[in-house]
Amino acid sequence: METTLHDIPRKTKILQALEDQNTSVQFDDPLESDMILNMGPQHPATHGVLRLLVRLDGETVMDCVPELGYLHRGYEKLAENCTYHEFIPHTDRLDYLSPLSNNTAYVMAVEKLAGIEAPPRAQYLRVIISELARVSSHLLWLGTQAMDVGALTVFMWSFREREKLYDIFENLTGARFTTSYARIGGLANDMTPEVAQMIWTYIKEFPANLLECEKLLNTNRIFVERTDGIGIISAEEALDLGVTGPNLRACGVEHDLRRANPYLVYDKMDFDVPVFEGGDTLARYYQRMEEMKESMKILRQAMEQLPKGEIHAGKPKDVLPRKQQVYTKMEELIHDFMLINFGVSTPTGEIYHAVEAPKGELGFYIYSNGEACPWRMKIRSPSFVNLQALPLMLKGAMISDVVAIIGSIDPVMGEADK
Amino acid sequence: MNQRILEKLRQQFGSAILESNEFRGELTVVVPKDRVVETCRFLKSDSELRFDLLADLCGIDMYTPAKRYGVIYNLYSLKNKHRIRLKTFTEEGDLKVPTVTGVWATANWHERETYDMFGIIFTGHPDLRRMYMPEEFEHYPLRKDFPLMGIPGSLPLPKK
Repeated sequence: METTLHDIPRKTKILQALEDQNTSVQFDDPLESDMILNMGPQHPATHGVLRLLVRLDGETVMDCVPELGYLHRGYEKLAENCTYHEFIPHTDRLDYLSPLSNNTAYVMAVEKLAGIEAPPRAQYLRVIISELARVSSHLLWLGTQAMDVGALTVFMWSFREREKLYDIFENLTGARFTTSYARIGGLANDMTPEVAQMIWTYIKEFPANLLECEKLLNTNRIFVERTDGIGIISAEEALDLGVTGPNLRACGVEHDLRRANPYLVYDKMDFDVPVFEGGDTLARYYQRMEEMKESMKILRQAMEQLPKGEIHAGKPKDVLPRKQQVYTKMEELIHDFMLINFGVSTPTGEIYHAVEAPKGELGFYIYSNGEACPWRMKIRSPSFVNLQALPLMLKGAMISDVVAIIGSIDPVMGEADK
Repeated sequence: MNQRILEKLRQQFGSAILESNEFRGELTVVVPKDRVVETCRFLKSDSELRFDLLADLCGIDMYTPAKRYGVIYNLYSLKNKHRIRLKTFTEEGDLKVPTVTGVWATANWHERETYDMFGIIFTGHPDLRRMYMPEEFEHYPLRKDFPLMGIPGSLPLPKK
């Protein structure tokens, strides 16, 4: 009470000064007009533990320095110390939003090294799980991107769709999140008719539900104006910075490894590679929406063409036998023992195998000297490389656009930090 | 395609192509480290080859004194949809390798990561800092003489 009484003369003095037309206030800014803002690593809009140091002039971003490493777990060092089979669960934790495509990418790299080919049914199933993983990853991106610019409903709707996918994963692999489904030379278990039915239902229902989300956003003035023309990157800059995946295709470069270097059975699938011009946040939104529709096309074809047969390559010395056989048959027990204890026999050599993961080119470089563990394994993670384009995209943007631009790159720190 | 690339490289660089091999259809070419930038520039700018995407750059510890550390460049050509791998080695005492950031900007973070993990110094790099580990960390974790369990005392811990 005393203080307010005490303040009255001061207040009247300030009011008096403001009323006076000739008053002008001048102050020296010790930091000049620049401000350094630290975003993250514990920031809800940086999608994980990404830390950004942003230099601001007023509200305009002058420059930014991303700091990585808060989720560094040393997977490349771990890979050198465990057998090829033992590393499969670790791949779940790289891009934890699409563990199924990581599993597939990794086992395909090992298969290329060891000279194993998975049987046709396994190849088709791998295409199916890779596309389901792509849709689930893009759905999470869609929800969070819309939420980053203030649209909450889409988040609920896309998570509802994602939940259905996770139910499929649970029935198919036994786990919702950390699937570890692929095996060297095959898959952990076959698809049951029940799961096939679930996927068919999903294929039927999903396009209409995606259209609902699109209706909410495509003509939403707030969403379009918040994303249009921000975070622009040109095709030349993107290629120079090694950007891949939807981010590159949204700049107008038609580069998709599923089409350029078809692996698995992608050469038998009829699908388009959508490309958008502009290279801004809105183009990346359209890009991913179209990619989900193309994924549905691939899924439908793969389900229709899915052949019957084995899901394990007929190489008992390299491919883990089914658990049921291990318990009942001598030969399989011996192979299981040898494979678990001494690993897959690989020749001396080096390979690099890349697949089109939801975020871009996911590659595994393996240098083997013929032992059960790789001598060196490098994970080329798309999020790590795509994030390098962030300072360029942010330059000149407004502070309120920063979260929208980060979201549009779709980084996952699990794989960026390895 | 691999034969054609090798032919062109030999024509251009002659004896600077130290080694080459093909495994599972992938071509690996070894060049001395002082010719790396030149080779990369040629592979990128040649109108027939056009290796315009540096897909990956990483280090390797061979653990032999003559060629202890290596740097591996995985290149991709959008035009030919083809891959090639370039390699260079450095001796134990000399950790300097010229940077290729001038050829592909993406090499920036890849080289920082390689420096962080192996201690290879990329001469001419614009911002050679550690990528993942703290700046005051003294060791290079992916070297073969760094134990999997880590080195006690290498990271500051809270006092008792």
